[in-house]
Amino acid sequence: MEITLRDIRKYYGLVRANEGISMTVRPGTVHGILGENGAGKSTLMKVLSGYTPRTGGDILADGRPVDFRAPEDAARLGIGMLYQDPLDFPRLTVLENFMLGQSRGLFLSRARYRARLRELCDYLGFSLVPEAPVRRLTVGERQQLEILRLIALGTRVLILDEPTTGISSDQKEALFRALKTLTAEGKSVLLVSHKLEDVELLCDRITVLRGGQMTGEMDAPFDTRAVLSMMFGAPPGIPPRSRVTPGRPVLAFRNVSAPGGRTGLISCDVTIHAGERVGLAGLEGSGQGVFLRVAAGLTRPGQGTVTLNEMPMTGRDYHAFRRKGVCFLPTDRLAEGLVPGLTITEHFALRDRRHPFLVKWTAAFLKAQDRIRDFRVKGTPDARVEALSGGNQQRLLLSFLPRNPSLLLLENPTRGLDLASAHWVWEHLQGYGGHDPEMAIIFSSPELDEILMAADRVLVFFDGRIVRDVRTDETGVAELGRAIAGDTGSIRHAFPGHRRPVI
Amino acid sequence: MTLLIRYGRYLLLGILAAFAFTTLILLFAGAPPLAAYLHLFKGAFGSWNKFAHVLNAWIPLTLCACGLLYTFRIGLWNIGVEGQMMLGAVLTTLVLRFSAAEQFPLLFLVLAFLGGLAGGALWALLAGFLKTKGGVNEIFAGLGLNFVAQGLLLWLIFGPWKRPGIASMSGTELFSRELWLPVLRPFRLSPVGLTLAVLAVIVTALLLRYTRVGLSLRAIGGNPRATRLFGLRPGLYMLLAMSFAGGFAGLAGSVQVTGIYHRLIPAISSNYGYLALLVVMLAGYRVWLTPAVALFFAALNVGSIQLPMMLRIDSSLSGVIQGALVLATLAVHAWHMRRQEREMNR
Amino acid sequence: MNDLNLTLLFAGVVAGAAPIVLATLGETLTEKAGLINLSLDGSILLSAMTGFTVAYLSGSLFWGFLAAAAVGALVAAVVAVFSVYLKQSQVAVGFVLTLMARDLAYFLGNPYARLQGPQAGPLPVPLLREIPFLGPVFFQQSLPVYLSLLLIGVLWWYLYRTTPGLNLQAVGEHPKAAYARGIDPKTVQLVYALCGGCLVGLAGATFSLAVKPGWGRPQGAEGTGWIALALVIFGGWHPVRAAIGAYLFAFLQVMGIYLQEWFPSVPAQVFQVAPFPLMIFTLLLTGAARRFRTSPVTGQAGR
Repeated sequence: MEITLRDIRKYYGLVRANEGISMTVRPGTVHGILGENGAGKSTLMKVLSGYTPRTGGDILADGRPVDFRAPEDAARLGIGMLYQDPLDFPRLTVLENFMLGQSRGLFLSRARYRARLRELCDYLGFSLVPEAPVRRLTVGERQQLEILRLIALGTRVLILDEPTTGISSDQKEALFRALKTLTAEGKSVLLVSHKLEDVELLCDRITVLRGGQMTGEMDAPFDTRAVLSMMFGAPPGIPPRSRVTPGRPVLAFRNVSAPGGRTGLISCDVTIHAGERVGLAGLEGSGQGVFLRVAAGLTRPGQGTVTLNEMPMTGRDYHAFRRKGVCFLPTDRLAEGLVPGLTITEHFALRDRRHPFLVKWTAAFLKAQDRIRDFRVKGTPDARVEALSGGNQQRLLLSFLPRNPSLLLLENPTRGLDLASAHWVWEHLQGYGGHDPEMAIIFSSPELDEILMAADRVLVFFDGRIVRDVRTDETGVAELGRAIAGDTGSIRHAFPGHRRPVI
Repeated sequence: MTLLIRYGRYLLLGILAAFAFTTLILLFAGAPPLAAYLHLFKGAFGSWNKFAHVLNAWIPLTLCACGLLYTFRIGLWNIGVEGQMMLGAVLTTLVLRFSAAEQFPLLFLVLAFLGGLAGGALWALLAGFLKTKGGVNEIFAGLGLNFVAQGLLLWLIFGPWKRPGIASMSGTELFSRELWLPVLRPFRLSPVGLTLAVLAVIVTALLLRYTRVGLSLRAIGGNPRATRLFGLRPGLYMLLAMSFAGGFAGLAGSVQVTGIYHRLIPAISSNYGYLALLVVMLAGYRVWLTPAVALFFAALNVGSIQLPMMLRIDSSLSGVIQGALVLATLAVHAWHMRRQEREMNR
Repeated sequence: MNDLNLTLLFAGVVAGAAPIVLATLGETLTEKAGLINLSLDGSILLSAMTGFTVAYLSGSLFWGFLAAAAVGALVAAVVAVFSVYLKQSQVAVGFVLTLMARDLAYFLGNPYARLQGPQAGPLPVPLLREIPFLGPVFFQQSLPVYLSLLLIGVLWWYLYRTTPGLNLQAVGEHPKAAYARGIDPKTVQLVYALCGGCLVGLAGATFSLAVKPGWGRPQGAEGTGWIALALVIFGGWHPVRAAIGAYLFAFLQVMGIYLQEWFPSVPAQVFQVAPFPLMIFTLLLTGAARRFRTSPVTGQAGR
């Protein structure tokens, strides 16, 4: 089936998420949609899959205009989407997830669907256990399950939204093989990604988006430089780091294990020194989040000792860590960092702890005004924080940071920010450290490029353990990429059988 | 201010809708609606004496509702107000049962009120601990404790504190006159209770608006996880809010024992704890509307007392009207929000 | 002091538990779809009153049960519409309805209080009634009791062995994902709120027409709605486990009557009230608290 988009528009209030997008996806091809975070790729795919109604424009299937109001309309046409966060049911089993939406009538025929699942698994080279609960599956396996389900539903146009984020390299290979199998028999694939590498390996043609608009189209083979300039315009550079020689130890973990996340944190031994910028790399949920929360005193380690500025902190709570100058910025800003319903002024009033009983409203208002100006937050002191954009929320959070913390912990500090905001955040943080060689910064990021640019040292996490600890000027994307996927040469010998089997 | 006016509009529409519903119910029950409303009004405002009764109902209702403002701010459903009121009443009675009480009435009355405050606060803290330490949902913890408090009350009235000779639902023995709260003659209205309720409203309004406690309660209600990063301890504030709510409810219990019944009776809480939840909801969780709504509800409660006598219909009509009011206001509010949302998307 | 007749005791438990089982199953169904109907305590009373008066006026038990089910569904519909379509807090609406339905029941039921009305008598099952012990316990009961027993199995089968049951679980767990699979979460939630409400209504009629025949203020069913709500959580949203909890509560209530006779010094009122706190705290302290946090109930319904 050939899908043609003509002048697609999608507005959310005043935000123009998509504007004038036209393209054609030919049967039997892999069509890439490229763009950085926030370029409007996901919105376009949600429109195409019927999940979100479009504001304007036409969708043509084999030349005939089609209209759909719900995902099931798109599904009936043979368009199926694999969402970035798998839309599945963790508490149900693989088989139940597979049947959901397929099974009609009153009776569930488990045997029939079990057979169908097995048949499709063999066809695409996946192996899934039908009775396993989905919550026990890895992201890659959940993705495989969704693909199987969509194919079983008769999907002819498969939309994949950032499918290679958070899966191992073996799972990625299996995925690419499966996609090749599908296109070979005339199905088409729409691959949404911001990773050039994936696109070069797979796509026959690409469409590039920036700021909700199309900036270009290209057929394989792709000219990387041209693609980059379509994606980013003129690529801005992140200011170079200032080299600091590591000072005294600020934070030390001795054999620390802690619960949380998908894997927890297992036997972690590491020392962070004053002046260091440490990046935490790894697949999402491999222990970086737990590491940061233990270092912040938010999660208590199940075993091992934590030392802060050479003072033992084991068993102390977050408030004790805070008094020692530890500062933590969580990734999910509205869920963990800010209070929805409160204004910017009220946030500053909440922070001001000098007056234990009464709130100094005027002082808080003036301070809010001050910081809004200094940090270039787009909003008034009376604005509620949930009305701010992601970038402005992050600026606001940064404006809460004390002047001279001894340890700054940042979880994915640029997630969801546009490039300009991300750039601003790093510029601000660099300036921050420049003042104080006594301060250490630890941050996590899913982007290796960001870590290589902003950190002097990188810790790679795999399944809850630190599998690599190296200076950034002594390593590269290739080596770190392998470590992230659990393929670390020497490490594999150290932990035999620890490598997650690829199913 | 404009917000208050807009909310007033919802309230007015809600009142109209609720009375339309109640009229239908009255017609269905075969009662004359106009006569019923007239008797309701006359029952509440027909004489100064009746209005004094309304104020007597307003006092505990306002006290409980003020307490609930704290727990709603922090996002807790303190459904255990009934039990907290009962425990306040029990501790008040306990203090007044000391034989020395009659010799030092003033001292023991003060002690009795402090006892009521402590009793309610402790009972609420128990629910609070179950929530913060045990992870028990506060609705069920509060409800369970209400049942326990009711059991305790019955056991005391029929067991250790029963009247000499007969144990009955009419409660414990009357206290001697010195231990009754003074009243404004000729009405049976106690200025002490009235002052307490008014003070409760003022203190609550100031505390919520101008202190860190008020701001912190609201922040934790908005997002407990984030407030930890601001250096607050959500668990501690939850306990604080619960003890405030329980303390006010306990005081309401004290007023009922010392000012109204002068003894402990099984129905000492008179359902005011549950009703206070409706009051605060209808007031839209606003401090200054709370006493006004409480007065309206108190008038409905008192006005309905004579319905069985005059029209042979049950006095629970007031409860029907109160429930319909809250539901109708919620509906009007929701309908308005939907319309606004539609306009935004257009 | 009377002897403990086990057969009689357990027959009493099975009969006494019938309305609680029905209400618990109904609420399980509603909560499985991701909605909480907190109004149980009031809607049981309102449907008990309706069931009794309709049966009294029409002289037909069938119309009584039918009217009660309709009233239960109506109250549930109010909760569902407010929460699913008007996006209001379902806890707030449920709580208001708890009080309002109770008062409405007392108000409208006033003229029918303490009247002698029809009631569902025992309807022994031929042959099965002869089985020693099991016969009298399970097969010499009234129709609503049989219904409660039957429904435990039916509901289990429906939830775990049929397509609509699977769809229902999907909506409760992840409404957005269900929407992406062509299931409309709002409709599903409304439908199962209505079904759950019907069962709650039947529970009310079972009180006023079989277990505690008649109407009055108080009726005697007060408080059981809250117990049913707690049982749903205790049962981990599993119909069979929730029903077992209901039998446990009925057992406590029946034991209260025996204990009352064995300990005459303790006031009778204590034994009447005791099962409620006892039950709620056993439920909450046996780890049900942990489950509540991982509840399928998301609070906000639909998309």
